[in-house]
Amino acid sequence: MYAVCSHLPSEIRTIFVLSFLFGVTQIKAPVLLPPSVPVMPPIISVSHLSKTYAGGRAALKDVSLEINKGEIFALLGPNGAGKTTLISIICGIVTPTEGKISAAGHDIIRDYRAARAMIGLVPQELTIDFFESVFATVRLSRGLFGKKPDDAYLESLLRDLSLWDRKDSQARTLSGGMKRRLMIAKALSHEPNILFLDEPTAGVDVELRRGMWELVRKLRAAGTTIILTTHYLEEAEEMADRVGVIRQGELILVEDKKRLMQSLGKKKLTFALNAPLATLPAALQAYPLSLSEDGRELTYTYTENGGSAPVAILLESLNAAGIGIADLRTEQSSLEDIFVGLIGKSA
Amino acid sequence: MNFQAIRAIWIYEFARMRRTMLQSIVSPVLSTALYFVVFGSAIGSRISHVGGVSYGAFIVPGLIMLNLLTQSIANASFGIYFPRFVGTIYEILSAPISAVEIVIAYVGAAAAKSMFLGLLTLATAAVFINIGILHPLWMLAFLVLTSITFSLFGFVIGIWADSFEKLQLIPLLIVTPLTFLGGSFYSIDMLPPFWRNVTLVNPVVYLISGFRWSFYGLSDINVGVSLAMTLLFLALCSGIVFWIFKTGYRLKT
Repeated sequence: MYAVCSHLPSEIRTIFVLSFLFGVTQIKAPVLLPPSVPVMPPIISVSHLSKTYAGGRAALKDVSLEINKGEIFALLGPNGAGKTTLISIICGIVTPTEGKISAAGHDIIRDYRAARAMIGLVPQELTIDFFESVFATVRLSRGLFGKKPDDAYLESLLRDLSLWDRKDSQARTLSGGMKRRLMIAKALSHEPNILFLDEPTAGVDVELRRGMWELVRKLRAAGTTIILTTHYLEEAEEMADRVGVIRQGELILVEDKKRLMQSLGKKKLTFALNAPLATLPAALQAYPLSLSEDGRELTYTYTENGGSAPVAILLESLNAAGIGIADLRTEQSSLEDIFVGLIGKSA
Repeated sequence: MNFQAIRAIWIYEFARMRRTMLQSIVSPVLSTALYFVVFGSAIGSRISHVGGVSYGAFIVPGLIMLNLLTQSIANASFGIYFPRFVGTIYEILSAPISAVEIVIAYVGAAAAKSMFLGLLTLATAAVFINIGILHPLWMLAFLVLTSITFSLFGFVIGIWADSFEKLQLIPLLIVTPLTFLGGSFYSIDMLPPFWRNVTLVNPVVYLISGFRWSFYGLSDINVGVSLAMTLLFLALCSGIVFWIFKTGYRLKT
């Protein structure tokens, strides 16, 4: 592979290699780049996890994943990819078919009490006892996880979530946003070290979403490890330290978010030309350049990790070819573009 | 043992019961009163005595059993069906709580409520009629055993049911007929021999007979057999519950 394109500039070579990898083979495990900071043992370790439902549908296929203590990990994937199944297995709601999972060293099946006591879960759906009061609901949740009643803590929790004023209201009388915050209060009622948020901001307005993000950051600052699934890539981009992409039950990528955006995030540099070009001069054929239909714009697509020198080389080449540049602009792909690119490969 | 969890579930369940207490109390009190008017006074005046006990007094243990069975099944089945229906069961499944603790919490809460209502029925009956209890400790033992057994049975129904209709189905189609045909209002010795033997298949016969023995010392069936049958049914329901948690039936996929 490298031999074939060794004559190309380094970052173009990378693009070729990556596109080859994504286009032809399937990326299985987190193999792209070395892991970010593997200092401490992982707080959650999933190894060779598979789940086949009774009907024969394979929801997860040989998933291995490690979550670092204190990080925010975003699990991305289209509907039905297996995100919720993965979370449900870790939390003990769904039984795994194969594989091992441990939370802070406790096996989630053999040592389920220790493992579950440290985990809080906010499921995707709004599932609350509608007839019970807010305060009684969070009290039950705290007790279920084996913690002594602590109304002072629950009060501060409900205050943080702006639910204290409604503590005696029946859950059914709350607004949608409040119900979602109550779900979070339930999950946090036993002071977990690990918090799972399954689509925390689905169907939530912008303001509330910002509030949710702020809360997640506060929790992380207090040392809580957070694993969230989301459809809003903006959310992962904004919040996550690392992202995992899951597709048809397979974890196809786990990467530090910044690195992912650097290595897979494409940058586009568009030149507005002084004079239209009919065709691309032969001297420039080696570059991934595309000419607009009217011949007035040249677009150069590249990734960031190659440094800035190649752009300088390109500029020299353009100059040497006698192409005058009137203006230029750059665009950078978002995590969303990267994600759509990754997921799209399977279709 | 996660005692905090059991405690929390009990508090929660009793709070739910308090909210519905009025219905819960009115129903047994009213039905007991009605049974006394119809069977005790209207029809009962034509029936003199059964085994030396006035008919009104004779039906009291049967009436208590009737309420005990209905309430145990209703409370326990609803108690576990509701979280499944609403979806809050996820929290119980993800909590550090064992199957035994879940059963102690939900079945215990339901059984406690039906015991209370059973005693309330007894108190209502005492308003109408003079009741002496020959073996009060055995009476309580049967009360406790029956409440727990049928709360376990209700728990099984609450797990099995996947709609509110099914939740009503077994109590309505099986338990009510069995109770009425189980000798609540008559001694099975009053039946022709063939039907008397058929009746012996009905587990409720043993419960009512044993319970009645604890009141008046008279029974259709030897009290030891009654006790053994009650314990057998308790073991059977416990076995099914054990199997449910072992396999995750209707709880986990």
